[in-house]
Amino acid sequence: MLNYIIRRVLYAVPILIGVNLITFTLFFVVNTPDDMARMQLGIKRVTPEAIAKWKQERGYDKPLIFNDAENGAAKFTNTVFFEKSVAMFAFRFGRADDGRDIAYEIRTRMMPSLAIALPVFLLGLGVYIVFALTMVFFRATYVDFWGVVLCVALMSISSLFYIIAGQFLISKLWHLVPISGYGQGLDAAKFLVLPVIIGVLSGAGANTRWYRTLFLEEMGKDYVRTARAKGLPESIVLFGHVLRNALIPILTGAVVVIPLLFLGSLITESFFGIPGLGSYTIDAINSQDFAVVRAMVFLGSLLYIVGLILTDISYTLVDPRIRLE
Amino acid sequence: MSFKPVILWTDALVYFLVAAMIVFAWYVRRNEHLLAPWRRVSHSASGMASLTVLIFFVIIGLLDTVHLRPAVENNSSGAAETAYSVEVLSLFDVIATPLRTQVEKTYSAPFAVYLYARETVELPGGGQTREFPRLKYGGAHLKDPEAQLFADIIGKAIAGASLGLFLWGLIVVMLSLVLARRSGESVPSVLSAIRHGATAVSWKTISVTLALILMLFGAALTLCGNYHILGTDKVGQDVFYQSLKSIRTGLVIGTLTTLMMLPFALLLGITAGYFRGWADDVIQYLYTTLSSIPGVLLIAAAVLMTQVYMETHPELFDTVAMRADLRLLFLCIILGVTSWTGLCRLLRGETLKLREMEYIQAAHAFGVSHWRILSRHILPNVMHIVLITTVMDFSGLVLAEAVLSYVGVGVDPSTISFGTMINAARLEMAREPMVWWALFAAFSFMFALVLSANLFADAVQNAFDPRVKTLSARTGALRRKIRKEGPVAKPAATGAEDSFSS
Repeated sequence: MLNYIIRRVLYAVPILIGVNLITFTLFFVVNTPDDMARMQLGIKRVTPEAIAKWKQERGYDKPLIFNDAENGAAKFTNTVFFEKSVAMFAFRFGRADDGRDIAYEIRTRMMPSLAIALPVFLLGLGVYIVFALTMVFFRATYVDFWGVVLCVALMSISSLFYIIAGQFLISKLWHLVPISGYGQGLDAAKFLVLPVIIGVLSGAGANTRWYRTLFLEEMGKDYVRTARAKGLPESIVLFGHVLRNALIPILTGAVVVIPLLFLGSLITESFFGIPGLGSYTIDAINSQDFAVVRAMVFLGSLLYIVGLILTDISYTLVDPRIRLE
Repeated sequence: MSFKPVILWTDALVYFLVAAMIVFAWYVRRNEHLLAPWRRVSHSASGMASLTVLIFFVIIGLLDTVHLRPAVENNSSGAAETAYSVEVLSLFDVIATPLRTQVEKTYSAPFAVYLYARETVELPGGGQTREFPRLKYGGAHLKDPEAQLFADIIGKAIAGASLGLFLWGLIVVMLSLVLARRSGESVPSVLSAIRHGATAVSWKTISVTLALILMLFGAALTLCGNYHILGTDKVGQDVFYQSLKSIRTGLVIGTLTTLMMLPFALLLGITAGYFRGWADDVIQYLYTTLSSIPGVLLIAAAVLMTQVYMETHPELFDTVAMRADLRLLFLCIILGVTSWTGLCRLLRGETLKLREMEYIQAAHAFGVSHWRILSRHILPNVMHIVLITTVMDFSGLVLAEAVLSYVGVGVDPSTISFGTMINAARLEMAREPMVWWALFAAFSFMFALVLSANLFADAVQNAFDPRVKTLSARTGALRRKIRKEGPVAKPAATGAEDSFSS
């Protein structure tokens, strides 16, 4: 088991290197730092001095991969690639355009993101499973049929609609919670209620439908027939046997997103003005702050890979038949 | 009127796609085994109803794809050459010229005859008042709007709807003539079969849907000449016109992205699964790496970079339309490059399974070349996965466009799309009284498009996925139900919107 985990972690390294290479290519090769400087400073009428200053401020004035002017190891370390891309492995993300330390920002903004994403995740999991089970319990009746219709309809609505309609109805018309903002400690709760509800609702269609499928697939298996043949009532078959077995794919499918919860949700956070990583990313995209976007890409893939490893481990925990070697 | 045809990049690709689909349809028609699953699709009521709606959208989208530059009328000096306007119009724009050109000053509500904002108006006898001025076009034919408005709207709507109904009647009669000719039965008996839903293809659902569409559209068409039926936006443009224009953007993103991703996914997925060894390792590494970057971040990074490229190379684009079009194309390419990994993984898995099958082994034993095995034996047998993924991804991509435009990495701001419409209207929610119509229009058109795409995708999946059949065979009592509305949706892992909104 431990061996397996170590191997998986080692396997993650080349993937992260690959991610790093992709971001490096995207941000420094497709467009040279000169292009970026010109874009930021205005396309026309940019003096070469201004460009040089812009690059120097950000440390983009070095050669990309190989520095001929230096000696020894500095030939490789005193380059944009080493200082901007390799440094990310040590979580040195550098500074954003407004001069703040990106690593510090990430640390402080993680918690607000988590404060929304975690309740959405847990509540969602519970609600979707309950709805899916209800539909399966009443399968082949009108409850099931209209349940599926409702799911497809919910799936077809843009997530932007949920947010806009929710803000309008609940905050603006009924004045139940503030439209947007964030507070410290328990104060935050009133700001979080609406985004959490909307988050759960916007995922409801697709997830409930998928869970229903998983349950139905489980219903067709032999052990269910055996359980029925023993004379067990349908409710025990459903909650005792089917639910527990269907939880395996549901939970393992959910584990992979747990680390990503730190990143928060881009649009929810920016609509509700929550100072999390999602709104940070959006602001960075809008102001074309390349350093922040680069850092978020790296962080996102790191968390995703952690999620994949956790998924593999969770398989062995919930299903004793699986042995990882 | 003389004009000069313009073929933008996305137009060319759309034409290519249409041609490919026609060839594919022709090929399927000639092969019974390929036709069988499509026949199952045609028996599904929800599938056919949604297909009818989709075709309606596609027709509008195609009309909007034929681009041209109209000639500029100048009588000065008998210049030998006609000059063409810089503005690129589409055939749809030409048809909808009244809608496009009847621009008010600013916001106005649906069916309004007065402007949304007060204006200072000079009174005839000198002096000024602030009042809501009449619209230039909306309801301009009415002398006394307060008294006439309601009756006029109802009258026009009924007239339009009955025109639509008349057209529908013609279509149904023609359809039953064709069907009667083909089956050798009499027309009345065919008509009654349609009415009772006794035909194999669910013509009944199709014709009911068609009737609804034609009536709605007929009413909308008659009304939109005299009113802004969905209001106007900030610069006074008709929202109904914008909604119709958005359809093309949505369709282009939904289809061209797939077109962009198919070569990657097919080539790499099948290669990895078939040849195994180092090729498999490399390809697996490639798609694991790409898929480990959260989708929206990768898209954002790539779009930011193309933006920089386009800003710093303005000389590459002649017209605004060309620039916007190229940005749309880049968006499709980026979405395609970031989303081929899911399909690639599925194809690799299926190919791994297929290559151990006896008939492939037999082909090997006969000395059939790899290329021939791949093209004759593997490719046709993974096509159902490609098809299912394509139709399932479509709706997610349409939804994703809106989110991406909100994030600021979507289509060019000058391209009319659901995303740009929502984005522009979002800021006006705070106004009193509220400007709700642009959001309403964008969301309801999007809902109609995505809902019908989802329903059609379900029908296609039910007909093509071998897993569905085995499942329904196993769960005896459920069988009828499952075939009716189809529960087996693949895990949302391939659905695009989830990954974007989280």
